[in-house]
Amino acid sequence: MLTRSTRLRQLGILLLLIPTQLLAAAGKAEAIVIVADSRRFTGWKAWWTNLYNESHLLFALATIVIIPTLGLILGSLTGLLLSRIGIDLRSRELAEH
Amino acid sequence: MDWLYALMPIAGVEIFWPGLIILGLGVGMIGGFFGMGGGWMVTPGLNILGFPMAFAIGTDIAQMAGPALISTARHTRFGNVDYKLGLIMVGGTVCGFEASAQLIMWLERMGKVDFYVRAAYLVLLTLVAWLVFTDVSRKMRKDREARAAGRTLDKLSTGIEWHKRLHNIRIPPVVHFQRAGIRCSAWLPISVSFLTGLLAGVLGIGGGLIRMPALIYLIGCPTHLAVGTDLFEVAISGLYGAASYSYKGRTELMAAVIMLIGASVGAQIGSVATKYVKGYGIRIFFGVAVVGCAVSIVFKLIAAASPALRAFFDKAATVLILGLVTSLSLYIFTRFLLGVREELAAKRMYRASV
Repeated sequence: MLTRSTRLRQLGILLLLIPTQLLAAAGKAEAIVIVADSRRFTGWKAWWTNLYNESHLLFALATIVIIPTLGLILGSLTGLLLSRIGIDLRSRELAEH
Repeated sequence: MDWLYALMPIAGVEIFWPGLIILGLGVGMIGGFFGMGGGWMVTPGLNILGFPMAFAIGTDIAQMAGPALISTARHTRFGNVDYKLGLIMVGGTVCGFEASAQLIMWLERMGKVDFYVRAAYLVLLTLVAWLVFTDVSRKMRKDREARAAGRTLDKLSTGIEWHKRLHNIRIPPVVHFQRAGIRCSAWLPISVSFLTGLLAGVLGIGGGLIRMPALIYLIGCPTHLAVGTDLFEVAISGLYGAASYSYKGRTELMAAVIMLIGASVGAQIGSVATKYVKGYGIRIFFGVAVVGCAVSIVFKLIAAASPALRAFFDKAATVLILGLVTSLSLYIFTRFLLGVREELAAKRMYRASV
């Protein structure tokens, strides 16, 4: 019957071996390139689709600006509505488990 | 009825946009209430709406950051976010994610990566569900014993107390997390977050489903603080994921924005609803969500193993997840409405008495 300290030691050795396995992992998988069909669109949709096709970097930057900005604006509007209803949005009872 | 369908510029498909708003609303509510990003709920929902799988995960992660930021801001007002703890854990999580990318590539060389990942996910979810319900039953037993002995149980007592043993391992530096009320070695949150990041990366999920119980049972956070602090991490990992998937060209931003309309409202409702529910109430329903997720994984495994039953069990998994999202959202919304009604009634009584 293994003692607890022996089991813990074996687990520790196993955990130390994991990084060596990770380093031995293979190279990256091939990426599939998707191209958006911008011929169907006009106006801002055409501009947006062309941005996606021409530069994924700019597309990514636009995404990480738009999502949090829009999220915070919409969230603030909802918060304003809830506080107008009369809900206390600044405090709650002390934390318990 | 054509106006109910929007043509997605990148994916090139027409999607029923009210469905995206409803999905976002449900995910926002559940995320704000339980402290999760909700990736495990969104992908089947997007699948049902006809969204191409190539874009489903990236779009889901992109929209996740928005409601997570909103919920974090709301939970901060309630005093539910320990930023020091969250920032330390972000470091561990990012390292875990990077390690998981290597591990996934190693599994891909072995083949059957889907099977190993799903099986690992099922084992993990079973463990989490066991933890939650064991904790609840032990707490209820302690409450009964205290009542029978005529004494009052400490409000901060819990069923499972693994965190107390882990707090006793004082490997320097020892840090005091004031908001969470925890003093422990910094290596505890770092190693827990590394492990959760590794598991989340391997399983292809945001990590809230694992990190929330880890914060409660291994680090010892009160439930509401675990929800808020976890959402802070989800917001950061969501932004990182949004950038990463968008750079790879796997995000349909228009769909993410439409979902965000619903998710922004849902996130506020879910966060505020935590005011009206005790910590153990949140834990019980979190356990229910985990069990539902585990059953859907079993269905997916059966579908993958048996071609004859594939169509049935694939649909069953999707119906189960969407049913779970609907019922959890209805529960949260009901608690929100009841809580608001009581709060407004108490305010009116207070004003009448003054």
